[in-house]
Amino acid sequence: MNNSVVINLQQITKQYDMGGAEEVHALRGVSLKIHKNEYVAIMGPSGSGKSTLMNIIGCLDTPTSGLYEFNGINVSEMNDNQLAKIRNKEIGFVFQTFNLLARSNALHNVELPLIYGGVQSTERKRLSRFALEQVGLGDRVHHKPNELSGGQRQRVAIARALVNNPSIILADEPTGNLDTKTGDEIMVLFEQLHVEGNTIILVTHEEYIAEHAHRIIRVRDGHIENDEKVEKRKTIKVGVS
Amino acid sequence: MYFFYEIKEGLVIAFRAIRANKMRSVLTTLGIVIGIVSVTMMATAIEGVNRAFEKSASAFGSKVVYIQKYPWVGGDDWWKYRNRKDMKLEYTDYIIRQATLIDVVAPDVSTMKDARYASRSMLNVWVTGTTHEYQRASGTTIQDGRFFSQAESDGGRPVCTIGANVAETLFPSVDPIGQTIKVGGYPYRVLAVFEKQGGLFGAFTSDNRIYVPIQSFLNHFGSRRDVTLNIRIAQNADLDDAKEELRGIMRKVRHLRPGQEDDFNINEQELLMQVFQGITAVIAGVGFFITGLSLFVGGIGIMNIMYVSVSERTKEIGIRKAIGARRRTILLQFLVESALICLLGGIIGLMIAYPLSLIADQLLPTAMPISVVVLALMVSIVVGVVSGFLPAYRAAKMDPVEALRYE
Repeated sequence: MNNSVVINLQQITKQYDMGGAEEVHALRGVSLKIHKNEYVAIMGPSGSGKSTLMNIIGCLDTPTSGLYEFNGINVSEMNDNQLAKIRNKEIGFVFQTFNLLARSNALHNVELPLIYGGVQSTERKRLSRFALEQVGLGDRVHHKPNELSGGQRQRVAIARALVNNPSIILADEPTGNLDTKTGDEIMVLFEQLHVEGNTIILVTHEEYIAEHAHRIIRVRDGHIENDEKVEKRKTIKVGVS
Repeated sequence: MYFFYEIKEGLVIAFRAIRANKMRSVLTTLGIVIGIVSVTMMATAIEGVNRAFEKSASAFGSKVVYIQKYPWVGGDDWWKYRNRKDMKLEYTDYIIRQATLIDVVAPDVSTMKDARYASRSMLNVWVTGTTHEYQRASGTTIQDGRFFSQAESDGGRPVCTIGANVAETLFPSVDPIGQTIKVGGYPYRVLAVFEKQGGLFGAFTSDNRIYVPIQSFLNHFGSRRDVTLNIRIAQNADLDDAKEELRGIMRKVRHLRPGQEDDFNINEQELLMQVFQGITAVIAGVGFFITGLSLFVGGIGIMNIMYVSVSERTKEIGIRKAIGARRRTILLQFLVESALICLLGGIIGLMIAYPLSLIADQLLPTAMPISVVVLALMVSIVVGVVSGFLPAYRAAKMDPVEALRYE
């Protein structure tokens, strides 16, 4: 079970037309496998192709060439609607800027993936409350994002990512907009989610954050420069927060 | 099923968005409100005029024909009709003897005279000379008193029946029955007052007329007169058959050779109806085009604001797409929003138009049937969907990566 491959990228390339004859090769043949319940960090400086890789893994974008299998299903040739369904059911996004709907309260934000998944209202509310309790916000369900602290907002975003019980959680600089202490609390939460069996992909440029993961993939100039296990894992005791 | 679910969710989002931008929504809606008010007022006015016309036209009676020198409609060559021989009173008896498909014939002649009672007067009233059969032929009802008898008619007695407006003008406080009025200087005793007919054709109805026996009329106001023959067709006879029979009789009495053109017209209410409907169709066409333009401008306003709304909410669209909203879901969300704005505009428009139609009713007959209400609401929704489509489509096909990067 633990060995089943969730993400299988083979010779993925991505080119952007920048108008005229100019082309940018964001990815130049990336091959990568991520298994279930792995905790992976993707690192790289800006312009390395890290974001493009994340977008492709997150099914927000499709590769120019190469094969992408998600849970054994070829997603590299899928159309917009099929990709939307994969994102809805299989991927939980956590963004640097939280990306919550400003006018909606925490509960409604967490409900959103379930709405698009076609889950009925009462079941939706039950699952959303449960997800908010999991991230420690059981008492903040009716607060709007501007009534919550940065850390709490990110927890709402994590609850939203969790609520559909996805195959992977894809976090893009999840602590980038938080102070160190709050960032640590969020990392504790990720640790906890990993222990509970979730597959986590963390995109970051901070060594300190990446070292929470079990494996670090370093991207540079559209290639995977390095892919190795973390020797000295930074661990924070689960249950502190 | 899933489609309705999406519509329902779209409605929730749309309500939220409209509430969040109250002022903007109100201003945007204004265009639609004005459009719906003008379109419904137009429809209301046309409907009202049509109804009033039908009511008025029924005063003519559907089984009554009028044989006259002039046609009511389509008279393009006035001199031709002018030069026809006058219609004569003698035709009446001839028709009564010959025709089998008619009920009653009443000739009438008219002229304008002044009428006076004591110190009150009414200038240029239509005075009609006719026979005792007139009331049956025309189907008018008497409110008070009795129409003149055959004896009074044949004997040319100085009696009259007056229209409701004449009675109101000359007798504001006195009971007119039994009083003597002066018509063109000659005394006439009032026997009866006709029931008020109202409607659009005041001049054609009995309201502004004085009816006197035809013999008295000819004696007092001159005998060389062009007569109109009011003929009521028998209940069980076919109108066209009866008209054909009358045409034959008239050709004989007018001594027309075969192949010669008729020198008379058999007029009926139906002809007026057709002309009127032609006119209202043109007015309606022009009116709806002009008022439709204001609705169109309103629609452009909606489209504009929906474009603003879409670009303002690029980030939100990106978030929704990342989380799994499909193209159709986003499309529906914005379509529902613009349809809802327009529907609200339509409802507000109707709430304004309804009291306005009641006020307008004082000047012009109006009527706002439920069909206009339903139509107005449907038109609002259609305007919303049509003008919201392009902005919604733009939102739907946004690239989630680009949209998420938008700040």
